Parts: sequence; C-alpha cells; structure tokens
Amino acid sequence: MILTLDNLTRSFGSLKAVDGVELEVAAGEALGIIGPNGAGKTTLFNLITGLLRPDAGAIRFDGRDITQAPPRARCIAGIGRSFQIPHPFENLTVFENLLVAAIHGRRQREAQVVDACGDILERTGLIDFANRRAGTLNLLGRKRLELARALAGSPRLLLLDEIAGGLTEAECSELVELVRAIRQSGITIVWIEHVVHALVAVVSRLVVLNFGRKIIEGEPRSVMASAEVSEIYMGIAA
Amino acid sequence: MSIDGSNSAGLSAAHSPGSRFTVTRATPASTITLLIAVPMILILAALPAFANRTLLQELFYVFTMLALAQLWNLLAGSAGLISVGQQAFVGTGAYALFAFTVVGGLDPILSIMLAGVTAGVVAIPAALIVFRLRGAYFAIGTWVVAEVCRLILAQVKQLGGGTGTSLPPDVASSMIGLDFVRNLFTVRGPAARDIISYWLALVLAVGTFVLVYRLLRSRYGLALSAIGDSEAAAESTGVDVFRTKLFIYVVTAIVTGMAGALIFLQKARISPDGAYSLIDWTAYVIFIVVIGGIGTMEGPIIGVAVFYLLQYYLAALGSWYLILLGGLAIMLMLFAPSGIWGVLSRRLDISLFPVRRRLVGPLKHSAGEQNGES
Ligand SMILES: Nc1ncnc2c1ncn2[C@@H]1O[C@H](COP(=O)(O)OP(=O)(O)O)[C@@H](O)[C@H]1O
Ligand SMILES: [Mg+2]
Repeated sequence: MILTLDNLTRSFGSLKAVDGVELEVAAGEALGIIGPNGAGKTTLFNLITGLLRPDAGAIRFDGRDITQAPPRARCIAGIGRSFQIPHPFENLTVFENLLVAAIHGRRQREAQVVDACGDILERTGLIDFANRRAGTLNLLGRKRLELARALAGSPRLLLLDEIAGGLTEAECSELVELVRAIRQSGITIVWIEHVVHALVAVVSRLVVLNFGRKIIEGEPRSVMASAEVSEIYMGIAA
Repeated sequence: MSIDGSNSAGLSAAHSPGSRFTVTRATPASTITLLIAVPMILILAALPAFANRTLLQELFYVFTMLALAQLWNLLAGSAGLISVGQQAFVGTGAYALFAFTVVGGLDPILSIMLAGVTAGVVAIPAALIVFRLRGAYFAIGTWVVAEVCRLILAQVKQLGGGTGTSLPPDVASSMIGLDFVRNLFTVRGPAARDIISYWLALVLAVGTFVLVYRLLRSRYGLALSAIGDSEAAAESTGVDVFRTKLFIYVVTAIVTGMAGALIFLQKARISPDGAYSLIDWTAYVIFIVVIGGIGTMEGPIIGVAVFYLLQYYLAALGSWYLILLGGLAIMLMLFAPSGIWGVLSRRLDISLFPVRRRLVGPLKHSAGEQNGES
C-alpha cells in the first residue's frame, strides 16, 4: 500500500469534517472520491498533505508514518496535489511556477529540470502561456497550472481536487486522456471529482464520502448503482 | 565538408541529447542597460576628481538610501515581508561601528564589516519572533524589535546613553587610505574623508544592487516570490518557507547594518533617536520604493531620484514637506500601485533588469539554425 489512512478524524468546532476515515490505496492504482459539497473531501487532502493536522488517526505513506510530518517533507517524499481553489504563484511566469516545484520539490538544479517542465507544459496545453505571468491566467488556465505544477514535482502519489469542472466535452476527454497517461507512467492517483463520467473513465475504484464518513467503496459502476449513492448523491449521477 | 557536417552533428548530440528547451532572460533593452551601466559606474567612481564636496555629500546620501531601498524591496517586493522596523538594523549597525571603533579601537572600514555581522546576529532572534506574526502584526512586530533595540542602546553609558555621543576625530583620521586620497587629490583631511565615504557608499549601492539582483534571479528568488504569492502552495511544492525567509531576512539585516554603520561613520555623531529613526530609515525608504515601483529593480532607482529632487526643492517647507510626501505616496498607491516604473514598463513593454525567465521552445529554437540538417 502506498497510502494508508487509519481512523482519520478532524473537526472544525463541533463539525466533524472528516470522521474516522479508513482508506488504503495501492501503488499504481487510480482511486476516485465523490461526495456532496461539504462532505470533507478537500479536508481529507489537506490532512494527507499536512496543511491540516488530524485530531485522531494516522497516515502512512510508502510504509512510513507521516502523521506529524510537515507539508514540505510530504512533498519531498512524493505526495503532490492540486488545489481545488487554484493557488498559482501569480507573480511568477507559468513556466517558473513549474520550476519552483521541480527545483524545490525534487531538489534538482535548474538546468536539469527545464526540459521536463517544458514537456509538462506541452502535455497540459500550457506551452503557449509558458512566459505569461500566472496571475493573468483565467480559471481554466489556473486549474491546468495546478495539475502541471503538481506534476513538475514528479510525485509518486498525485492528489487531484476537482480539475474537470467547467470544461467543454472535448477538453474533458483530453483531460481524461492526460490523467490516464499519468497513471500509465506509474503515478498513483487519488482524484476528487464532481464530473463523474470523467472520473469513472479513469479510476478503477470509487469511494463515496458524506458528512465526513466513508459511505461505500468499490468498483465504480456498482458504487454508482448502489442504493446509498442514489439516496445521498442523486443530483450528480444523473 | 563531410567532416564538418558529421563533426557538428556529433557536437550537437554531445551537447545535450534531449535538450529541447532553453531559458533566457536577456532582452535587447537589458543588454543595452548593462553596457551603459558599467561606464556610468566608472564615471561615478572618478567623480571626486571633478566634483565639489557638497555634490559628493549629496550623492553619498542618495547611494545609501538607494541601498536601503533595494534591501527593503527585497523583503517586501517579492516575499511580501512588509517591515517597518529596518531601523533596527541601521541603528544596530551604526552603534556597532561606534562600539568597534571607539571602545574596541578597530579600523573604521573593518568595523563596517563587523557592524554588518552584528546586525545579522541580532536579526536571528528577531526573525524567530516576527515570523510568528502575520500581515499587519508582522509589521508591528518589526517596529517593536526596533524600539526594544533603541531602548537598550539608550542604557549603554559607554556609547553616550540616551543623548548619544560623537566619534572622536582620531577615529576618522585613522581610516585606511586617507593619506593616499589626500595626496591623490591634494585635499585636506575632511575632504579626503568625504571622498572615501563617497566611494564606500558607491560600493555599497552597486554591491547591494548586484546582490539583490542575483538573489532574485536565483532559486531563492523563485522561492521568495512563491512564498509571497501563497505560503501554503509554496510549502506544498517543497519550498522551505521558514529557512528561505530567515535567510533573506538575515542577509538583508547584514547589509542594512553595514549601510547604517557607513551612514553614521559619515555623520560622526550618534544618538538612539537618530540611529533608530523610523522616519529616516524606514518611512523614507518605503516612500522611495512605493513611488518608484515595488517589486522591481528599476523602481528604487527612480524612487530615490524623485525623493532626492523633492527633498532638494521642498525640504524648506518643514512639516508640510512630510505631509506632501505622505500625500503623494497615498495618491500613487491609489492610482498607480505599481509605481512610476510599473506604469512605464507596462506602457513601453520594457525591462532593464529582467528577473523573470523566458522559456524558449523547440520550434522557435530549431527553425533558424538547424534547418538544413537532419
Ligand atoms: N479551515 C476550515 N475551518 C472551518 N471549517 C472548515 C475548514 N475547512 C473546511 N471546513 C468545513 O468542513 C466541511 C468539509 O469541507 P470540505 O472538506 O471543503 O468539503 P468538500 O471538499 O467535500 O466540499 C465543510 O462544512 C466546511 O465548511
Ligand atoms: Mg472540496
């Protein structure tokens, strides 16, 4: 198992945002997470990446207990993420955004990573914007940059938080192809997504969160067809 | 011919097998700027041969303020560390100079270096306190640190306590190179001192500029900008946020301390209120950076020129001058927050000291050069 969550719990005041979540992710797997707004999906990512500390429970990455590790150590260990609300480095160029992740996250010299960053910009469709200030990108561009910057850190586990919203049909299939290719290159993926048809085109397993708890998990089609999902999560499956 | 062909093919293959992209920063404007800057600095260095003492003294002030502005801009312009307490390091450097020369009996120029080290040492515990604070509280914290330094120095009797003290004449006349300059320009002692101070200020201004420019273009500069834009994202992409901020804060303090030591070596008189003056060493500096353009190398240069001209023509107005400066800064923040250089560079689409990298892609790169080869 590359990632193991054991009884992970985190509250904000009286609200249990993540409530005793148990989860195992195998190396090379692509796992999808769905759930209504406020279910605790983003909070789960914040716990895995260390931006939030759990009230209880443990996180193991690649056999190591990282529950107390700072975010930076987890990044260097190989956990990359995209933020649901994009956090571009606005005053850097798009290319430099990737450089930050490649140089500091991968601990390499600039000259060694230029080509890799250029390749990622091509694959994510950002190459024409490489020298633009990231602050000038629109929301779609910012979301692509989130994915590109996460890739530039060459993670072994990639956490994607709602990257398909607002895309056209064609853009969405391109994105699906890209995430598939990322997975085929050996990177483990955990993908939170409301656009379920994009998600199920890539992932082999689906987890449903509601009110911070894991409701059901399993093969995507049977999960989507389950009574639990149609009960709590009707709007999006349609 | 065939040897040539195979040779160049072999070279390009050996050069870097998969290198499809290159990075550049230079633009025609930046190349021209560099070509102009070098002779300009040489002319400034030769200025004591022609200029009178007043001009040298005025330029001394301009150079030291330019250095302070570049340093403040390094903290605020990229990393978003808005300090209103840089007088902590100006004052500590100045007092360290007095301590090393008056009490320790060391050479003034050596003491300037040691004053920088002293300010850097003071910056470490200061950083541990102020980095716990965010936004406005960070700013207030830096001011509190400066006030604490001022109050402590006011207790030190050997350095004049609350009223301050003067540098004994023999300290200034013991400066390295004084006789050399006296003979070179056939001037008296005080004039020779002004010339040496002027040169030191020029070295400080140019050295600070080069240091800040190189830092901003390095991996630290990349990390600083990332931190300024989003600390959470920087930390999550592997940037060591705390160490980067600490490094830049201490480096800034060292050079700010050296500037303070030089300024008060020239003044030859020190007091806690003067050395730790918020107005003189931070407010004016912020004005310079904001007027010129925060976050750019060019901004402080333009800002210090504007500041000097305003002071030259309007300082006689007394407190109205300060009100005018404040008003001007507020107008600019409202209507042109990127400062004079920000507006100019956008209008003209020009950068004299480019910091940002440009990725040059494989298409543009190969089209010109390797057309015929395959
Ligand atoms: N930093 C925070 N402080 C307080 N409440 C929070 C914070 N982050 C998330 N929450 C709350 O926790 C719940 C889960 O949020 P989130 O994880 O963002 O849900 P999701 O990503 O599934 O939409 C929501 O009710 C949200 O308001
Ligand atoms: Mg969310």
